[in-house]
Amino acid sequence: MTQSSFTDQTAAPVIRMENVSKWFGSFQALHEVNLDVRNGERVVVCGPSGSGKSTLIRCINRLEVHQSGQIFVKGLEMTDNVKNIDTIRRNIGMVFQNFNLFPHLTVLENLTLGPMLTKQVKKSAAEELAMHFLRKVRIPEQAHKYPLQLSGGQQQRVAIARSLCMEPEIMLFDEPTSALDPEMIKEVLDTMIELAESGMTMIVVTHEMGFARTVADSVVFMADGRKIESAPPEEFFGNPREERTRAFLDQILKH
Amino acid sequence: MTSVSQHPVAKPAAYNPDAKIPALVWLKSNLFSSVWQSLLTVIVAAVLIRFCWFVLDWGVINAVFYTADPDTCRAATGACWAVIVEKHRPMLFGLYPYAEHWRLVLMMVIYLVTIVVSLSPRFWNLRLLVPLWIVATSAIGVLMFGGVFGLRYVPTSEWGGLPLTMLLFTGTVLIGMPIAVLLALGRRAPLPVARSVSVVFIEALRGVPLITILFVAVNVFPLFLPAGVEVNKLLRITIGIAIFFACYQAEVIRGGLQAIPRGQYEAAASISLSYWQTTRRIILPQALRICLPAITNHIIAAMKNTSFVIIIGLFDILTATTAVMQDPLWRSFYIEAYLFVALVYLFFGYALSLYARQVEKWIASGRI
Ligand SMILES: Nc1ncnc2c1ncn2[C@@H]1O[C@H](COP(=O)(O)OP(=O)(O)OP(=O)(O)O)[C@@H](O)[C@H]1O
Ligand SMILES: [Mg+2]
Repeated sequence: MTQSSFTDQTAAPVIRMENVSKWFGSFQALHEVNLDVRNGERVVVCGPSGSGKSTLIRCINRLEVHQSGQIFVKGLEMTDNVKNIDTIRRNIGMVFQNFNLFPHLTVLENLTLGPMLTKQVKKSAAEELAMHFLRKVRIPEQAHKYPLQLSGGQQQRVAIARSLCMEPEIMLFDEPTSALDPEMIKEVLDTMIELAESGMTMIVVTHEMGFARTVADSVVFMADGRKIESAPPEEFFGNPREERTRAFLDQILKH
Repeated sequence: MTSVSQHPVAKPAAYNPDAKIPALVWLKSNLFSSVWQSLLTVIVAAVLIRFCWFVLDWGVINAVFYTADPDTCRAATGACWAVIVEKHRPMLFGLYPYAEHWRLVLMMVIYLVTIVVSLSPRFWNLRLLVPLWIVATSAIGVLMFGGVFGLRYVPTSEWGGLPLTMLLFTGTVLIGMPIAVLLALGRRAPLPVARSVSVVFIEALRGVPLITILFVAVNVFPLFLPAGVEVNKLLRITIGIAIFFACYQAEVIRGGLQAIPRGQYEAAASISLSYWQTTRRIILPQALRICLPAITNHIIAAMKNTSFVIIIGLFDILTATTAVMQDPLWRSFYIEAYLFVALVYLFFGYALSLYARQVEKWIASGRI
């Protein structure tokens, strides 16, 4: 298996997965996956449904537990050690397909909860931070509404802002736009592009190939729980090495 | 955001949401829409009228409202409300010394004010509620027990009536709810030990009649205490009722917990909240909102379970009434007396339902 190796060769990777395997019962969802992500790198993960894309990124912040192989985040190994898990999670933000906002809290409370509880930030400072990121995702005027009063695109931008309030160094996105109506996809992608331009390290599971082309440093293709290939977007879209990648791209780029 | 463009379409008739439906139209569509419906309407109306007439005739027109002489009542064909006027003090206050009843009246006022304040969202502020509860509990304790400030000491064995019912009920809910939440959480906890303890506890106690639990709390539990240590009987029975209440309530809350999607736990984990932070700030507030109607249900049931204090010889309002009605002079008017007790229960039960409905409205409007 090749490892992605295009950005800054000298820096150590912020995320390193070595031969990671994961089983759900007797079903193997990941087969010895290797992945290196360097500081500031933008990785897009694609592949057919059920290929293990979500499982892959959920292992990185231990929403799923891998059974063999090793995962390092900023040099710290992800094990049962609760302290490590906590340190790693503070460094990683995650955005979900169906937003997972806390429906009983206002937008502002959704954003301030994390910093106030885990970093002992004062309420006023947390609210200032929250408003800063709400302006970044361009919905400061929704601060006092409840999540269910917002459109899908707005909810997803709140979810992105909620993660950013924890000031993570790495952001994981699991199909952030696939629950959205077409007209809302753009507003979320624009937010993500701005985030990428600010230098955030990002791993994005998505079928938005336009986004992959313009933003990604490397594109990873998964199938049947294996990393089939990974390459910079020009190479990945222009000249895919593997037959399966080609078949997948043919299918997905047809529309 | 999308903006829906409005095409001018010819409308049949403008819809007026405030329009009043003419009474005849309403009657026809709701009560007389078919032969069967009409028949049913007529029968129900006849029964209702008959019943109302009886209530009026028996309860008002021919009733005796005030007399100290039971023979006046016996002579009348209607209800004898005079029995309530005559006997309301032992009914409401049980065996509590007659001369000290004013203390119970004061206690109930303090109690009701405290409860009403605590239930209003506008006062939900620990800086107000904590001192209020400290002051209220101390005041109620002093009034009930006495023994200080020149008040006569009254042991719990002489407590009774409505104040006892109130204390037992409040104790049951205040002790029972936290236990219920812990049991429900335990049943779904990541730790196998917590899980099995909760399951065994809930299943064992739910399968046993309340009276058995109370018997154990009163008669068996003291045998396990070291000599010289004594836990007040009233406290023991309160805890017994509370635990029984908690086992049922735990299952209700578990239902609410199960309704919380996995994504909520994951989102909380992704902002690195701990188990307790997630539980307290994310999961429980949502779960309790979901099962509020069922929680209310069990709380109202708990109010009625307080009558079981009879097994330690204490007289709550219901048993106190039964006792009072042994008086041969007034015995024949027990229906009126029990109606009065029913009315007291109904008042509190209905107040609770109304409050629960209000809470649901507050939740729906995002106020809490
Ligand atoms: N909690 C689970 N229990 C059992 N099997 C699971 C679980 N989660 C995922 N799987 C299985 O693991 C495989 C990979 O799932 P995963 O969600 O990672 O796929 P995916 O590539 O993200 O697919 P999609 O594009 O549909 O989101 C699938 O076959 C799925 O059925
Ligand atoms: Mg997925």
